[in-house]
Order: sequence, then C-alpha cells, then structure tokens
Amino acid sequence: MNFFEFLISRWPTILSLTLEHLFIVFIAMVISVTVGVAVGILITKNQMAARIVLNVTNILMTIPSLALFSLLIPVLGIGKIPAIVGLVAYTQLPIVRNVYTGIMTINPAILEAARGMGLTEKKIMRTIRIPLALPAMMSGIRTATVMGIGIGAIAGYIGAGGLGVYIFQGISRSSDQMVIVGAVLISVISILTDQFLGGVQRKLNR
Amino acid sequence: MVSLRSPLKIVLLGSIGVLMTVWVVENPQDSVVARLVTYDKVWGLLLQHFYLVGASALLAVVTSVPLGIALTRPRLKSWAPRVLALVNVCQTVPSLAVVALSVGFMGVGSRPAIIALWIYALLPILSNTLVGFQEVDPAITEAAHGMGMKAWRVLFRVELPMAASMIMAGIRTAVTITIGSAILAAFVGGGGMGNLIIAGNNISRAQVLVLGAALPVLMALMADLFFEGIEKRAKY
Repeated sequence: MNFFEFLISRWPTILSLTLEHLFIVFIAMVISVTVGVAVGILITKNQMAARIVLNVTNILMTIPSLALFSLLIPVLGIGKIPAIVGLVAYTQLPIVRNVYTGIMTINPAILEAARGMGLTEKKIMRTIRIPLALPAMMSGIRTATVMGIGIGAIAGYIGAGGLGVYIFQGISRSSDQMVIVGAVLISVISILTDQFLGGVQRKLNR
Repeated sequence: MVSLRSPLKIVLLGSIGVLMTVWVVENPQDSVVARLVTYDKVWGLLLQHFYLVGASALLAVVTSVPLGIALTRPRLKSWAPRVLALVNVCQTVPSLAVVALSVGFMGVGSRPAIIALWIYALLPILSNTLVGFQEVDPAITEAAHGMGMKAWRVLFRVELPMAASMIMAGIRTAVTITIGSAILAAFVGGGGMGNLIIAGNNISRAQVLVLGAALPVLMALMADLFFEGIEKRAKY
C-alpha cells in the first residue's frame, strides 16, 4: 500500500484521532488557563507564596511526561481523565510565571499615577495591572498550549486517545506510515497553533 | 557563594538518586521487582541514558555552534533572521513527533534515537548562538577592527567570549530537554531510563516506575545546576 492509498483508506480514523487530540488539549487548556491565571494573580499578593508556587511548578515541569502519566495510572486509572490532569499540571509553569511577572513588572510610574488619582489597590489590579499584563499572559498561554499538544501525544500511551495512539501503535506494529502520519499531523497542529496564538499575541501588543 | 552552593546541591541530588536505587534494590516489593531492578541493570540503563544524551548533545554542539558562527559572518548575515525564524518554528514540533519521524524513516534502534535527539538539541543551541552573536555591540567589533585585528582574531578574541554565556545557556537548555526526551528513546529501542518506566508500567509495579521517573529528573536537575555554574563563569 503506498502512502496515498493509506491516507485515503484510513482518513476517518485519522480525522477522529485528530479531533480527539484537539478535544483533550482544548479541555485541558481551558482548565489550565483558568487555574493558572487565578493562581498567578493570587500569588502577586504574597512574595513567599509566589516563591513556593513557582518552584513547585518548575519541578513539575522537569518530571518526564511519560513518568508523570504513568504515576497517575494507580491514582486515576487510564483514559482521558489522567491525561487531562497531567496536561493541566504540566502547562501550569508558563502560564503562572508569565501572569505573575506580567503583573509584577508594570511601570511603577503608571501605578504611582493611578494611586495619585485615588484608585484603590483592587481597582488598580482590575483596571491597570491585568489589562497591561495581557500580552505577557497570552505569551504564556501560547507556550503552554503548544507544549500541551506535544505532551497530549504522549498521553496516547495511557489510553487517552489522540494522535499519540497512531505513533505508539505504528511503532509496535512497525508501520512506518502510521508513525509518519501521526508525527506529521502533530507537528503541523503545533506549528499552526503557535502561529495563530502568536498572531493573537501581536494583536494584544498593539 | 554560588560556586560553593551549586556543587553541594549537585552532590545532594546525586545522593538522593543513589539512596533511592539502593532502597529499591535492597527492599524490592516482590520477586518480580527484585529480578528487574539490580545494581547492574540500573547502572547499565544509566550509562545508556548518558550515552544517548552525551552523543546527541555533543553532536548538537559541534554542528550548531559553527553553523551559528557562519551565519553571523558578513557574507551570510542576511540569512540569519530567516534561519532564526525557521528554527523557532521547528522548536514547536513536539519531541515525540521528532523521535517518531526518525523511526519512520530509519527504523528502530539507538541510532535514530540519537539522530532525533541531536536535531532536537540543535535548535536551542543554534538560536542562542545566533542571538548571542547578534547582541555583540557592533561598536566593539568595529573598535577591534580599527586596532588592526584580523577578522578571525576579532571572532575568537572578541565576539566568541562575549557570546559565550548565551551559547552556554543554549547548551544548558538543550541538555536538560534532551535528558527528558531521551526517555522516549525506550519506545524505539534506544534504551535508557525509559526502559525502567515502560517495564514498571507493563508489570504495574510503582517502585520500578518511580525509580525510572526519579532518576532522569535528578539527572536533569543536576545537569541544570552544573551548566548554570559554567554559564555564570562564562559571563563576560
């Protein structure tokens, strides 16, 4: 079977795996962004908490994804739930760090002016700090999402479905076509997502 | 202060790894674990992992640094931004996809694994080398030329030392990423600590799994501290 025949005969499976992959990453990113932005904003109020949270997320990210997913199996079983939990844990660092630094590194002159105008700290956070930190937040979300797509492939190993399944099955059946289709699709999705979110980021920067 | 503390931390992390290995080997949860995890086997896998990371990182350094230098020379300078943009796009490709692609084209074994890891490690070093050289103040190289230095002397005595810490930062990123990605080599028959994780998974023994996961993490943290030390020393 040549490559095009393979593509034509398997396209329903390929399409459903792609959609499954996008679905898992999307759900994980919605949770991850919500949690990450909330945590990132909360830790700006306490230096100590910020140090602890940033160190913990840093260590989380060095754990090999394959190992983290495997460790979640005894706790959460196999399937999409541990995959999403793992993805959320992994993608916290870029989001939390960028939200935190984005909010903390705002020009002091602007804050001074806001205080001089009589804004309360709460209002400054809502109307000045968060809007000005948006581009930094977006850049963290971009990094996290692209990472999530790649790690989502590894989640195929613990039965989460998605394009990783094609890669792992292809390797064990020594079917080069399956491996290449899986790998190329994941790469293309990562690159397109990165470009798209990069465009959003540039728009926010303006 | 820094120079005293980071070797201490490296030794500490290393002894945690040794203690964990000793604990698992001496107190296996059952006979299956006892047969799978012995000092010899863990040592063998560790060496394999070192070999994968060392070979690919070394290849990456010897290819990407000269390439980065060549791309910042006057004749090729106009290519640098395009190459940098291409490298940045390539860096978004996930490590599993790179490993899988090399298997798709070259079959299984440690060679495709090393080639995949090499390509993956090449990107951060190349982009940091390019940026490091681009950030050298042109006034300084101008002055060096004005003092009558030859082009290659300007490169080795002025530009390279100034870009060194940036290049080291790229090598640091590359090595830490490679230590993590080398785990995936186990899927394609490349060996390394990933074997322990997969084996632990197949026989569902948490002890093996945790050991297989912890050792690469400790390796990555140690490598990070080690290269951080070098990077600080390379600061001009």
